[in-house]
Amino acid sequence: MNMISLKNIKKDYSSGDLTTKVLHGISFDIQEGEFVAIMGPSGSGKSTLMNILGLLDTPTEGDYILDGKNVSSLSDDEQARIRAQKIGFVFQSFNLLPRTSVLRNVMMPFIYNKSEHLSTKEREERAKKALSAAGFPENRWHNLSSHLSGGQIQRVAIARALVNNPVLILADEPTGNLDSKTSDIVLKTFQELNRKEGRTIILITHEHDVAAYADRCIIIKDGVISEN
Amino acid sequence: MKIQDLVQETNTALFANKSRTFLTVLGIVIGIASVIIMLAIGKGAQNEIQSSINSLGSNLLTVIPGTSRGGPSGTGTGGKPLTIADANAIRDKILLVDEVSPELTTRSQVVAGAQNINTTITGIVPEYQKIKSIDMEIGIFITEGQNRNFSKVAVLGPTVRDSLFGIDSNPVGQKVRINANTYTVIGVTKSKGGSGFSNPDDMIIIPLSTAAQYLSGGDSLSSISVTTVETEDLKQVEKEIEELLLERHAIRNRDPELADFSTFNMADLSEAAASVTGIFSLLLGSVAGISLLVGGIGIMNMMLTTVRERTREIGLRKAIGARSKDISNQFLLESVLITCIGGIFGIILGVGVAQLITLSGILTTSVSLFSIILALGVSAIIGIGFGYYPARRAAKLNPIEALRYE
Ligand SMILES: Nc1ncnc2c1ncn2[C@@H]1O[C@H](COP(=O)(O)OP(=O)(O)OP(=O)(O)O)[C@@H](O)[C@H]1O
Ligand SMILES: [Mg+2]
Repeated sequence: MNMISLKNIKKDYSSGDLTTKVLHGISFDIQEGEFVAIMGPSGSGKSTLMNILGLLDTPTEGDYILDGKNVSSLSDDEQARIRAQKIGFVFQSFNLLPRTSVLRNVMMPFIYNKSEHLSTKEREERAKKALSAAGFPENRWHNLSSHLSGGQIQRVAIARALVNNPVLILADEPTGNLDSKTSDIVLKTFQELNRKEGRTIILITHEHDVAAYADRCIIIKDGVISEN
Repeated sequence: MKIQDLVQETNTALFANKSRTFLTVLGIVIGIASVIIMLAIGKGAQNEIQSSINSLGSNLLTVIPGTSRGGPSGTGTGGKPLTIADANAIRDKILLVDEVSPELTTRSQVVAGAQNINTTITGIVPEYQKIKSIDMEIGIFITEGQNRNFSKVAVLGPTVRDSLFGIDSNPVGQKVRINANTYTVIGVTKSKGGSGFSNPDDMIIIPLSTAAQYLSGGDSLSSISVTTVETEDLKQVEKEIEELLLERHAIRNRDPELADFSTFNMADLSEAAASVTGIFSLLLGSVAGISLLVGGIGIMNMMLTTVRERTREIGLRKAIGARSKDISNQFLLESVLITCIGGIFGIILGVGVAQLITLSGILTTSVSLFSIILALGVSAIIGIGFGYYPARRAAKLNPIEALRYE
């Protein structure tokens, strides 16, 4: 089944009378349970595409079907609702709230997900399960997020992305700030989540080594797909 | 977003920067407390002034010779004096009058044994006691008979008694010499506390007839005090007295501008005092209001700083699924919470300080429920008002740009 189907997605940025065309008609499908890497050189429009896939932005043109529903032109609040229910994000940096414990960071999505009515206890259970799934050491669950290493932060971010059982996990350069050893650990975590739990994962990167962990690779150059 | 989640997020945010939260709360505490204190002082001063006016009698009207408009004054410059006959006419012709008390005041040297003082001598009729609500400490007041018989009797104020016969002594039956005549002391009045223009404790009271006969040698009066049964009749009585005296004094065209006498009533005085104290309260209140406003601006400043500092956090929350409303509610609740905490502590501080002022004896302050409700209402409005703009700013942030913010 198609989890994601993009049909001729275009994105222009306009400020004043200056219009920058960033995406010139992108189409591809991603199946449920796939682990896909989106690659391309800097400035090719990867982050722009990820913002559209993550419903943080709307395409100027084209259709985006997520989980069987056309989501290409929704209001801000509807987008927020779908983000809360169906998408988990892992960013390159600033993934966690400062001065807040690991556990509370992971539980944060529950605050904004209206379809889930869980008690604090249930929330904690689920957060702990997600942290285990992301391979985060149990003795650090109550640490403040500011006291973690870069690799640990990314694992907490992955746990948070998982905790709501989203249909799609989006990661934009999740290893961009990590050394190769730590990034290997983080990427293996993604791989395991994909293989063991069948999560659909889209990973954005500009490094071939990183893309190698994925099952499939989509390459964009100058706003068009050059290889799939 | 559930209420308890909202409250928890808000608490976390407020505790994250304790010192800044504390200082912002302090601004509101001071603003609210000063509003309460200032209004309590204003109200207290108003009460004090009103009660001292009321103790003079709220249905009292005084006629004095001469004019307050700077025209012919008293007997010296051609106007007619007020006489006992005028007082009798007022009593007989004006229906709504309750008591009429003609008074004749002079200063004189008073001697008792080896003691010698200079004090006020007031010639009065027995009605004076009721009009001025005088209580006796010892002995009796001047009687109608003594007034009729030109009796040489005297009632002493407590201060006079203390200087002539010794503190707290009983001088009844003793003699005092006033202006070459000997008077027998028949009583001492209770102390009223020295206040106002003439101190009722430092005074000797004698019959009016005696005073006219032996002290001033004529029947011109210093003043006529008039009371009415009902306070509401005061204006009417004042008007009628004016007309009567204009006629009796044969003032040309009965023109009040040319009157050779003036009238005052306590209602006017009390109204004037009320308007003065009202302005005073308003002034105090607006100074306090400004400090409350400054406190409110403090909140807005803190919230705007917070929004800027937490831009990326807001971006992250939005990416995770927070709607604009969730974000604005969180920031709005933060500022409302700050003002409510500030409001509560401000009320406690304000009431406490007002109490301290009362205890210190400077002024009996009066904290009204109104000022507390006002303070709470204003702080709620400040919280929402000054929190709204920062909250909107936070909610409107674009998540992509917010996440990229450095
Ligand atoms: N808000 C915007 N307004 C105008 N132009 C924009 C905006 N956001 C991105 N762009 C432009 O779109 C192009 C693609 O940007 P994007 O961030 O998607 O690239 P990227 O592939 O993620 O690059 P990188 O690997 O460096 O992250 C760039 O040329 C950028 O200047
Ligand atoms: Mg990018």
